[in-house]
Amino acid sequence: MQTPILKINGFAKHFTLHEQGKQIPSSHNVNLEVYAGELTALIGPTGAGKSSVLKGIYRTYLPSAGEILYRDRHGELVDLAQADEYRMLQLRHEEIGFVTQFLFCLPRQSTLDVVAHPLVVRGESRESARNKAAEMLAALNLPERLWSISPATFSGGEKQRVNLARGLVAKPRLLLLDEPTASLDPVTAERVIGIIEGIKQEGVAMLAIFHHPELTHRLGDRVVELTPPSASLTTQAIDQQEKVYA
Amino acid sequence: MRKILEVRNLSKIYGKGCPRCIESTGPEADTNMCPHCGSVVAIHDVSFDLHEGEILGLMGESGSGKSTVVKNLYFDQTPTSGSARFIEEDAKHEMFNLNAAQQRRLRNQRFGMVYQNPHLGLNFGISSGGNIAERLLMSDVSHYGEIRERAKELLSRTEVLLSRMDESPAAFSGGMQQRVQIAKALATNPPLLYLDEVTTGLDLSVQARILDLILEIQQERNTAMIVVTHDLGVIRLLTGRALVMKYGRVIESGLTDQILEDPQHAYTQRLVASAL
Repeated sequence: MQTPILKINGFAKHFTLHEQGKQIPSSHNVNLEVYAGELTALIGPTGAGKSSVLKGIYRTYLPSAGEILYRDRHGELVDLAQADEYRMLQLRHEEIGFVTQFLFCLPRQSTLDVVAHPLVVRGESRESARNKAAEMLAALNLPERLWSISPATFSGGEKQRVNLARGLVAKPRLLLLDEPTASLDPVTAERVIGIIEGIKQEGVAMLAIFHHPELTHRLGDRVVELTPPSASLTTQAIDQQEKVYA
Repeated sequence: MRKILEVRNLSKIYGKGCPRCIESTGPEADTNMCPHCGSVVAIHDVSFDLHEGEILGLMGESGSGKSTVVKNLYFDQTPTSGSARFIEEDAKHEMFNLNAAQQRRLRNQRFGMVYQNPHLGLNFGISSGGNIAERLLMSDVSHYGEIRERAKELLSRTEVLLSRMDESPAAFSGGMQQRVQIAKALATNPPLLYLDEVTTGLDLSVQARILDLILEIQQERNTAMIVVTHDLGVIRLLTGRALVMKYGRVIESGLTDQILEDPQHAYTQRLVASAL
């Protein structure tokens, strides 16, 4: 039997807002597995904490409870909930990619350099990185006249393509996708789907948030549904849950 | 990535100090001045690592002690206690156990510093080129032609007009003075650079170009940097990891995106929430 690249047990995330004296629950009791060459789809209504799961894996959020067991390319098991910062940075550079919902990139950088960046970080020459970036941008149908300018002034759909290109170009072992086709026209969305299918064939493991059931159906090998934390969940209740998950 | 700096339990107290200084200061006490003896605990128990090519941010408001950390590491000040180990490929230096000459060697050849106030980093009595020459002379380059060439190279790299290299930095704008300071700091191609509020007080377009320059240098030379700033934009733009300081203590540390998106400490939450 195949072993998962990523296995999450009892993940929870809540936010403690000191100023307001409040705890805001986000994800709770999330369990899932992701395998090489497969896509696990994360579904559920808004507020169910789907993005928090992805951010918890990438450690943009600090998980509140649970284990995030990732098997790296050397076969070593690492709990991303506990890993030190240098280990996380190394994994981000070499193995784990994240296409977030909104593009954040360095200002004043050309689109080509934004997309090439993950390859440059890995030590590829600027020229070869730019060539691969250009290929990916072309595959995603972003007009060539935009490549030399900064994505700051781009439309939502154009920004999303830049974001996708940057996430896909380095072919990570594990790719996290937060609504990858949300603001794309149907033709471009279809291209993105084609690319996702392609990298799946190449063995990339993916965890993706989709809103369209059709996409889940087409691309998902596994489906995990999250439910929003119940509105009556109090601070105390969260503490109790944590004990159960710990 | 190789570790190049290891700072442990660094403390600096201004004043004679008393046994109650530590318990009476810090974020909980809401002050850095000891009510019993009047000493100021500028920093206490600061520990962190720095790796080759990494940019680490030190953030916090005025008086949090962030500048004191780099001033101690650049030997501008002597810490009250604590250790710092600078690790080169073939040598390790216990920085605060070195004699004055050894400390000067590290400072001149291995470290670079860019201060918020150009008067601290530059000699306004000599030309801009001369400022760079001075640093090169201190690090064993003594051939006039070579020094002149190197100064030209550095100033053009930091986009200072070569036609003005024989003028004193006093005649330059704030942004240009910072460029001369950066050129001077880079003169010996140091593996470690300290940047203390380098863009504070400059207008926005000048800030942007200085920040771009810093990033380019980091990519070209793989220079490790410690960036001291109260500006969250600078932290987000430049750093991969960050420490948050308040009243001389590190209250939170982590990956920069995590500190900004999921701050844990009440103070950091307030700081992030108050960003423009």
